[in-house]
Amino acid sequence: MFQILSIKGTINFLRHAVPISILSLILVIGSLGSLAVKGINWGLDFTGGTVVEMEFTQAVDLNKLRSVLTSDETDGALVQNFGSSRDVLIRLPVKEGVKSDIQVEHVMEAASAVDPSVIQKRVEFVGPQVGKELAEQGGLAVLVALICILIYVSFRFEWRLAMGSVAALAHDVIVTLGVFSVFQLEFDLTVLAGVLTVVGYSLNDTIVVFDRIRENFLKMRKGTPEDVVNTSITQTMSRTIITTGTTLVVVVALFLKGGTMIHGFATALLMGIFVGTFSSIYVASFLAIKLGINREHMMPVEIEKEGADQDALMP
Amino acid sequence: MLNKYPMWKNLMVMIIIAVGAFYAIPNLFGEDHAVQIVATRGAEVNVSTQTQVNEVLSATGIAVKRSELENGQLLVRVANAEQQLLAKEAIADSLGDKYIVALNLAPATPLWLESMGGSPMKLGLDLRGGVHFLMEVDMSEAIRKMTEAKISDFRSDLRSEKIRYAGIRNTPKGIEIKFRDADNLAKAEQFLKTRSNDMVFTDTTSGDDYQLLANMSEVYLKQIKEEALQQNITTLRNRVNELGVAEPVVQRQGAERIIVELPGVQDTARAKDILGATASIEFHMVDEKADAAAIASGRIAASSQIYERRQGGQVALQKAVMLTGDHIQGAQPSFDEYSRPQVSINLDAKGGSIFSNVTKDNIGKPMATLFIEYKDNGAKNPDGSVKMDKIEEVISVATIQARLGRNFVITGLDHSEAQNLALLLRAGALIAPVSIVEERTIGPSLGAENIENGVQAMIWGMAVVLVFMLVYYRGFGLIANLALTANLVMVVGVMSMIPGAVLTLPGIAGMVLTVGMAVDGNVLIYERIREELRAGRSVQQAIHEGYGNAFSTIADANITTFMTALILFAVGTGAVKGFAVTLMIGIATSMFTAIVGTRSIVNAIWGGKRVKKLSI
Repeated sequence: MFQILSIKGTINFLRHAVPISILSLILVIGSLGSLAVKGINWGLDFTGGTVVEMEFTQAVDLNKLRSVLTSDETDGALVQNFGSSRDVLIRLPVKEGVKSDIQVEHVMEAASAVDPSVIQKRVEFVGPQVGKELAEQGGLAVLVALICILIYVSFRFEWRLAMGSVAALAHDVIVTLGVFSVFQLEFDLTVLAGVLTVVGYSLNDTIVVFDRIRENFLKMRKGTPEDVVNTSITQTMSRTIITTGTTLVVVVALFLKGGTMIHGFATALLMGIFVGTFSSIYVASFLAIKLGINREHMMPVEIEKEGADQDALMP
Repeated sequence: MLNKYPMWKNLMVMIIIAVGAFYAIPNLFGEDHAVQIVATRGAEVNVSTQTQVNEVLSATGIAVKRSELENGQLLVRVANAEQQLLAKEAIADSLGDKYIVALNLAPATPLWLESMGGSPMKLGLDLRGGVHFLMEVDMSEAIRKMTEAKISDFRSDLRSEKIRYAGIRNTPKGIEIKFRDADNLAKAEQFLKTRSNDMVFTDTTSGDDYQLLANMSEVYLKQIKEEALQQNITTLRNRVNELGVAEPVVQRQGAERIIVELPGVQDTARAKDILGATASIEFHMVDEKADAAAIASGRIAASSQIYERRQGGQVALQKAVMLTGDHIQGAQPSFDEYSRPQVSINLDAKGGSIFSNVTKDNIGKPMATLFIEYKDNGAKNPDGSVKMDKIEEVISVATIQARLGRNFVITGLDHSEAQNLALLLRAGALIAPVSIVEERTIGPSLGAENIENGVQAMIWGMAVVLVFMLVYYRGFGLIANLALTANLVMVVGVMSMIPGAVLTLPGIAGMVLTVGMAVDGNVLIYERIREELRAGRSVQQAIHEGYGNAFSTIADANITTFMTALILFAVGTGAVKGFAVTLMIGIATSMFTAIVGTRSIVNAIWGGKRVKKLSI
């Protein structure tokens, strides 16, 4: 049997819980701070505006392109490479009284002045109203997801564990958003999809640990809640490493090979996998312990069957 | 005996996987170049059209691969893109302008497979190229129109009941009906309440001002909005058909938005002109009492209004509408005897009788055609919605020579205007103007590039995972790999089976992610088996315990992920919805293959025998 981890005995994970929790707290506060100060670099889906992606026949000098984009209609245009040096993405803000078609026309005119055989690959326009609604809906979606999970986990496990898992998820969402804020990475709709996927994925990890904690509370007659949690995490450690590893591999493949259009999505997932794995151990379980989880909470509730106290009708 | 599946269970696994695989097969065949023929109003695509098309093509020397007549449209498959273009031109020439001849790509699924319901996955716009529009219906305009209709109803109702009123007008608060005394007010209130129960009436009398305020009820407002949206969807559908696009999508989104997707369209300017323009016409009598001097000074009768003429100058028209564009059934551009462009119009029966009545009484008098169009001027309302300009122009003034029936012509347009007007009239008027609030255009080359990227990511990710599983779990790893492959095939199969599912770029990402996450089920089970073995259990016991204990964990973990995917599906649009769909399908199939699928293989190999050592 070939194994990545060969663990003898139990690792005392919780011994490091306090310093690591503090680190977590610092990360969360830092993320919130950055979100408050720098905010999020909202993408087109949320702000509205126009994006034009074009392909030039050869590497193009962005400064030269910027210098020809001087008309009033294209004022405030953001010019950047997108994937390769031949691909260029231009973002235009919504302008009062200027239609997006006119903006695109101006951009393409300027681009053809630089390279006559430039190809227009993609044009996207989103009205400001639509973007605003989407941002509200997106925030609401994350919130609803967290609440649904809270209910489900409370129902299936126990409220202390549910609180732990939701705290861990909130932690993951905040830190992932924080990273997007600190590095000012563009946050578009696919990134939102990524964040929600992180919620699902991170929960996966947490549930696996919780499931084992519940089982061990019933199995291990002796030992403090800390011992049970430590044993549970140790037992599920190799699974966590392997699953995280395989998921990481495919997400890295998406990041490297999936093309520029899903870069943001892959980035969100990459971040989420790291913080998610870590939070399922330190945030979720540690919080449940702090909330006072113990053996009694895990005893299965005796469900009295309807009519069990009556004599059977059929002999 | 431990770890023995009954026959039916093994059979069930095999059948489910076989069905999934079967419906995944159509994706292997790719697409044929095809020409699609659809009839517009008045024409029909039938067997004789098919014969005609086949004759034209054989005369041109183009071999037809397959020709299908279905749902009133004809699809002709040819060998390659070059022949496709030639075929389209030849068919269009031969059939004339009553048919729309469009280029299309049709799935090359063999007939026997198609007859069993097999079809490949539908690709989203981000993978095939095309335009996506999100349009918003201006509901205030729809409500304004209904309010005006109500006002004229009130007028005629009160008049016919001989209830005297002092005036009716539209105010921001509602429709205000004034009376001279309390008696008339009371009579009117009672009568109107029984007449129109979709309005709410309130007595707002103050002092000597006897007045009644009429407001639309909540239910009625909702109904108006719903009808406006539905009618606009129908109209947009007609217009999209006029564009001659293969497999367009026209769908509602929420309470006042409509999605229009046109795969393969690159000429967005024309598409927007046709979709967004809200043109309609109205016929009015010219106010002959208002001469040039009166118009110039603006002193005209209250029942008339001054309009600009397209040819220049102004003309006063009576406000009363003789006929609106709603009654127009058909409109064709043509030329008169001096080869000036014109539009021949035919009306529906009701319109025809109205028109013949009014023209009978007005022979020898001038009648004007008023062209009304709403145009997006680029400005925004304070709430962020698009401001629309209402453009009204008199396009022609003609003397009524004789009583007009259901067919007549409009002149005074140039060639392209005649064509566009005919198209718009034919496609029906939009009850309320629409504006484009979102537009996405993906070039076809980018679509192909996106597919290529997605497939690359999938191959790399999958290869690494397969190799790892094989090395790490050996025999059991091989079984997990079989399950993983079966899982991928089933996702493709289910995606192909569900009629509404569309594969998008994030959808491919969802599949790749499923590959990475789907092994989790097997990892959980295998790690558990190893643990049980280490704890000293027998091989059979370990397998049994491993699968048994891991089950609830896998179920809990997957149900929660499924919930987030469901929420994503509910809030997401377009491409993200595609991701949510593949993720949900992936979760369901991976649970099945990881738990039941691998178990049946494991049982078949190791179950119910004396085994000393497991290859795990």
